[in-house]
Amino acid sequence: MSAALFIQGLKKTYANQLEALKGINLRVEQGDFFALLGSNGAGKTTVIGIICGLLNKTSGNIEVLGFNQNSHANQVKKLIGLMPQEFNFNPFEPIEEILINQAGYYGIAKSKARIQAELLLKEVGLWDKRFDIAKSLSGGMKRRLMLARALIHQPKILILDEPTAGVDIEIRRSMWHFLGKLNRQGMTIILTTHYLEEAESLCRNIAILNKGEVIKQTSMKALLSQVDQQVLILESSTKLPQTIVTDNFKCERLDDYSLQVTLGSDVNITNVLQNLSVQGVSVEHVRSTQNRLETLFLCLTNKEI
Amino acid sequence: MWIAYKTIVVKEILRFSRIWVRTVFPPIITTSLYLLIFGGLMGERIGDMQGVDYLHYIIPGVILMTIITNSYASTVASFFLAKFNHSVEELLVAPVPYWIILLGYVSGGVARGFAVGLGVFIAVWFFIDFKIDNIFIILITFLLTSILFSLAGFINAIFAQSFDDISIVPTFILMPMTYLGGMFYSVEILPQFWQDISKFNPIYYMVDSFRLGFLGVSTSEFWVSILVLLSMITILAIFAFYLLKKGVNIKT
Ligand SMILES: Nc1ncnc2c1ncn2[C@@H]1O[C@H](COP(=O)(O)OP(=O)(O)O)[C@@H](O)[C@H]1O
Ligand SMILES: [Mg+2]
Repeated sequence: MSAALFIQGLKKTYANQLEALKGINLRVEQGDFFALLGSNGAGKTTVIGIICGLLNKTSGNIEVLGFNQNSHANQVKKLIGLMPQEFNFNPFEPIEEILINQAGYYGIAKSKARIQAELLLKEVGLWDKRFDIAKSLSGGMKRRLMLARALIHQPKILILDEPTAGVDIEIRRSMWHFLGKLNRQGMTIILTTHYLEEAESLCRNIAILNKGEVIKQTSMKALLSQVDQQVLILESSTKLPQTIVTDNFKCERLDDYSLQVTLGSDVNITNVLQNLSVQGVSVEHVRSTQNRLETLFLCLTNKEI
Repeated sequence: MWIAYKTIVVKEILRFSRIWVRTVFPPIITTSLYLLIFGGLMGERIGDMQGVDYLHYIIPGVILMTIITNSYASTVASFFLAKFNHSVEELLVAPVPYWIILLGYVSGGVARGFAVGLGVFIAVWFFIDFKIDNIFIILITFLLTSILFSLAGFINAIFAQSFDDISIVPTFILMPMTYLGGMFYSVEILPQFWQDISKFNPIYYMVDSFRLGFLGVSTSEFWVSILVLLSMITILAIFAFYLLKKGVNIKT
């Protein structure tokens, strides 16, 4: 079975000589829910822009469900639906018209487009607003409008570029729910995000992009087992003893009053505190060092670059 | 493909009809003023031009100017705005061939040129008594002129980076070309040198054929004018297509 998306040696240098992508390889299987994770400026939007025909690539190869982008650009476009990061509709156009026109660009007749638009607008909760112009919508509604628009031609692959940026929790949950449903119905979904939490709660596989390079591609499970260790700083009210013996966790003295401990997911914090207490360490404060994504990034970027 | 084309054209037509107060109405006022001042008040003193009284003589030129500016304004504004608010991406992500995009926008420009031209024509007809010599020549000239300037506006929009850029060309190139193309006068009254220069101005050929259609008088052969217009259209169309395909200022 051909991959939903197959990228080989993709490079992009912008007009200002900035090398945004330095030769990316990616493979996303059909039916996958895939996350492209990376901090701001990593190159996520650039990759997506190239896949969707919004940007010219410098070199490299892209295949979508077996169709090469160079020779079958239009087939590739039909297979993909894009929800971009930035709003890119005419703000003065009424919502339903935006969807019907987009369908028109895909060659879908108005009568058919209307039915699909109604379905999608109801699904994303914008049906009541169908005659309003896009400008009058709130930020979260605008995103949902773009989600509906991405689905108007019933693509096989849905690509979402930071779909929940600036969307409040409740809408975010309902969006996640909707995406899960689409994925279960067989749609391949690829999303970019810089929240590990978002990727974690939705995606099965993941690639991490850093400064224009894929530094890791793996399953979510494997990745989480790697980051499922917490680094905590413990502060003692009394001076720490010279030696501290530990069995199932790592412990490092930072100064006379603080310790850095690294815990695997199988270690119980109560046991750790008891163990330390027996050795004369009375912990007063517990502090988490970084969020897990930062830990992960530091971990990966130190190791593999 | 036909559906995509239809979608673009209908969208363009809706766009200028929704704001008809700003698009269709002003040219009617401007034209009426031109005709009143130049034709009505000063015309008597100017006398005849190519054997036609001055008021009637300038009618074709004034209508054509409206068509030129409106066809140009339609594509330049519309495509620049699509770039500006990124809605051009709606077209780029879809399997719409570049020539369909181009054809769609140009058809929109022609539609606006036609709507405004017809509006002005009716307004003029209402006030001034005149006959049409050959409607066929008028329509052909209108169509070619409108296509040419819609293309030019489209190219301007591709290059434009700011709102200023979309008014520079009309002000510094289009206006002088229009005025110097014999809109208000016959090139025969110019010294030989300037007559020869005028032959390099495409607008000269358009006004000349338009006048032929309305009044039955001209200073160059009709087929020469058509040939000039067709070759200019070909050149600009190829250029615009090339720019779109390369994604100049759009996909870089
Ligand atoms: N049009 C552009 N011209 C020049 N540089 C750009 C352009 N777009 C993005 N970049 C640069 O390319 C890099 C990657 O950007 P982007 O793909 O938007 O990252 P991300 O989506 O991961 O935040 C950044 O350093 C950004 O500044
Ligand atoms: Mg981005």
